[in-house]
Amino acid sequence: MLAKRIIPCLDVTGGRVVKGVNFAGLRDAGDPVEIAARYNEQGADELTFLDITATSDGRDLILPIIEAVASQVFIPLTVGGGVRTVEDVRRLLNAGADKVSFNSAAIANPQVVHDAAAKYGSQCIVVAIDAKRRSAEEERRPGPDGQPLGPGWDVYSHGGRKNVGLDAVAWARRVAELGAGEILLTSMDRDGTQAGFDLALTRAVSDAVEVPVIASGGVGTLDHLVEGIRDGGADAVLAASIFHYGAYTIAQAKRRLAEAGIPVRL
Amino acid sequence: MGARETVAVVDYGMGNLRSVAQAVRQAALACESVEVVVTSSPQAVRDAHRVVLPGQGAMPDCMAELERSGLREAVLHAAATKPLLGVCVGMQMLLDHSEEGDTPGLGLIPGRVVRFRLEGQRQPDGSRYKVPQMGWNRVWRRLKPADGQQSETHPLWAGIADGSYFYFVHSYYALPAQAAHTAGVTDYGVRFASAVARDNLFATQFHPEKSAAQGLALYRNFLLWKP
Repeated sequence: MLAKRIIPCLDVTGGRVVKGVNFAGLRDAGDPVEIAARYNEQGADELTFLDITATSDGRDLILPIIEAVASQVFIPLTVGGGVRTVEDVRRLLNAGADKVSFNSAAIANPQVVHDAAAKYGSQCIVVAIDAKRRSAEEERRPGPDGQPLGPGWDVYSHGGRKNVGLDAVAWARRVAELGAGEILLTSMDRDGTQAGFDLALTRAVSDAVEVPVIASGGVGTLDHLVEGIRDGGADAVLAASIFHYGAYTIAQAKRRLAEAGIPVRL
Repeated sequence: MGARETVAVVDYGMGNLRSVAQAVRQAALACESVEVVVTSSPQAVRDAHRVVLPGQGAMPDCMAELERSGLREAVLHAAATKPLLGVCVGMQMLLDHSEEGDTPGLGLIPGRVVRFRLEGQRQPDGSRYKVPQMGWNRVWRRLKPADGQQSETHPLWAGIADGSYFYFVHSYYALPAQAAHTAGVTDYGVRFASAVARDNLFATQFHPEKSAAQGLALYRNFLLWKP
């Protein structure tokens, strides 16, 4: 059977890898090519690059970084952040990305997910979902049936700044139907907190879709990775801080998963 | 220094060959005097000492583009005369026929290509099988005695541990007609041929260029292979 995957995530801006807490307070974590090569050596199964540059001028900076990483690192690379059009997908794939991740653009124009998957195949189209547990007030918002939505998670766009009024589980189902081949699911409540994945969110989305789900947001210990797969039902787990700052290596994480009986590539 | 040896990565217009070319170049660093060219020229494929035939996308499109680009004859010439490595759809094209779009292949390895039929089946951990198979899976380079055969280890597996993980992305797989042509097997709901070989031909369903050190080792073994 397929190995469960460990995916270090590199948030990139201004040509550097950075990391924040709850989508804010960035600090420098190093050179993207050096970090990518280190994770490759440690046995990472894939790498995800998120371009968190705010301006469209700055966004083109990710292309040479992807080219540089792809020339030295021979594992699958996913790139996201500011991806808007099918043409953006083409440019990133040509630069050496294996998969491209949509987020805000998919919310504004869901057809782009369909069009990109039709052109390049579902296997290279990822949709990233930033989800946050609804407040008591948001739970009273009427759902599709006119009844209050109740507990659950809302989808946010624009780097977590804007509640777009979509239920995260329903949105995951929708993008999978449109052709997304994978879902990168981030809990905004947990991101950067090191308190562990939002397992209820992960399980709800994993059970709702047929495509692989990558759990993200909140990893602080290796046992959190085990929980994301075993309890959350995730096919892959993504983490940044615990690897960037040397708390754990990928190899240590793999061993912990293997000890828990989870198939991993050692 | 001996004469330079050229390796042609065949570009018949089906997508991005960058990662294949980069991996072969990386592997070539360990070999003396190997030049890697990505080419759409039939003559360059004929002149090359070794040929890599990648493939991505749908088999009907790949076969049509191979024909349209005028590279089909050059690939057949290579298959008859020198080491040729097929990757992904580049492996599937070596067989007689694919049920994807009811497409005839190159007929270099007897057998056909079929789609995974895994609906309703569960993986050992209870999760559903997904198609395409996408991710890291193990490749067993020898057939197990229970299969009634004990094949020899192919030179392209040199230095690669049996059961190593390689990276797969595919919905269809090869069913070689002769067990002797299966060089590696992988389990995904069904046990399928994840690598095939005959004489100077070797081909993998997985992507060595995305399979980290093991994949580079396989490309290096191909560059050194003297069938």
